[in-house]
Amino acid sequence: MSKFRKKKKGMPAISTASLPDIVFMLLFFFMVTTVMRETELKIKKPQLPFATEVKKLERKSLVSYIYVGKVKGQGGDKIQLNDRISDVKDVKYFIFAERETHSEDEIPLLTTSIKADIESNVGTITDIKEELRNINALKINYSTLKGDVMKNIRK
Amino acid sequence: MARRGLPEINAGSMADIAFLLLIFFLVTTTMDVDTGISRKLPEKQPEDAPEPPKLKEKNVFIVTVNRNNDILVEGEHFMTIDKIRQEAVKFIDNGGGLGNPIDGAEPAECDWCEGAKDPSSSDHPNKAVISLESDRGTSYGTYIAVQNELVGAYTDLRNRLSEKLYGVTYTKLLKDAKNNLSNQSLKDKIKNIRSKYPQIISEAEPSK
Repeated sequence: MSKFRKKKKGMPAISTASLPDIVFMLLFFFMVTTVMRETELKIKKPQLPFATEVKKLERKSLVSYIYVGKVKGQGGDKIQLNDRISDVKDVKYFIFAERETHSEDEIPLLTTSIKADIESNVGTITDIKEELRNINALKINYSTLKGDVMKNIRK
Repeated sequence: MARRGLPEINAGSMADIAFLLLIFFLVTTTMDVDTGISRKLPEKQPEDAPEPPKLKEKNVFIVTVNRNNDILVEGEHFMTIDKIRQEAVKFIDNGGGLGNPIDGAEPAECDWCEGAKDPSSSDHPNKAVISLESDRGTSYGTYIAVQNELVGAYTDLRNRLSEKLYGVTYTKLLKDAKNNLSNQSLKDKIKNIRSKYPQIISEAEPSK
């Protein structure tokens, strides 16, 4: 009976033993969701156009990115593949290199995402599209932000 | 004295270590979702390929964007961007004649269209082609805006038809199908809607 007669004195300290567990859980969440930016932008960060009828890009591992934008102090649109400024003619080698890293059956699923600045010329984009057509990389995606299209138009 | 055993390892700093890592990953995380307008480019035709069949002019809706970002529809009307969707809907949904045969059936009229049935506009949604012509100097922003409106016209029509047939919008159908990949009836519904309003947008090569 003496077991029950013991009285607790004051509030017991809150156990912090589970704190590491909680923090670890958060840690794993962020570790898993982290996408390290693998390419450093050499061009000015493109201001993507806005659109409403957008689709989410699924399976990021199947997507290769082509950046189009301006370089400080230079005129005209520049194309960035991986981490250097390239010529339109290099697009095909870029896609071939991307294909090397995927298995045969995934190749038709590969998508090319064009991240172009709102003020680029359509001509540059067309040149890229023509190159992609030549090597049969037909799935493309014009990268856009969600928003009102009227914001695309410069007054 | 000898029975005291090993002292417990102090785990108090564990949280600190974990926090440090946590903060590192918090800072490096970029959670951008990639969205955009998806397109499939036409296949490259071999040099000796036969000429593509000529389309009737009334079945082609030509949108031209010039280097000053002016938009011209059907070669005659200047238009602002917010009007394009409406015009495109009118054109696709016209249903003025017989369509291409579906599944080997006889060519039939479009009985789900609610358009004006104007004989000088498109025959059938599966014959209606939207052609987007641009100039090399057109700004990409305008180009995407027009593309968006044209895709939007199809979405509007598909939504309307889906609402009529199944009581839910097409956008909702797509969303449900994504959350429920094995649901065959949803897939069939989507396929049906898509075949009734197939999205035919051609991006012509820009004029020099």
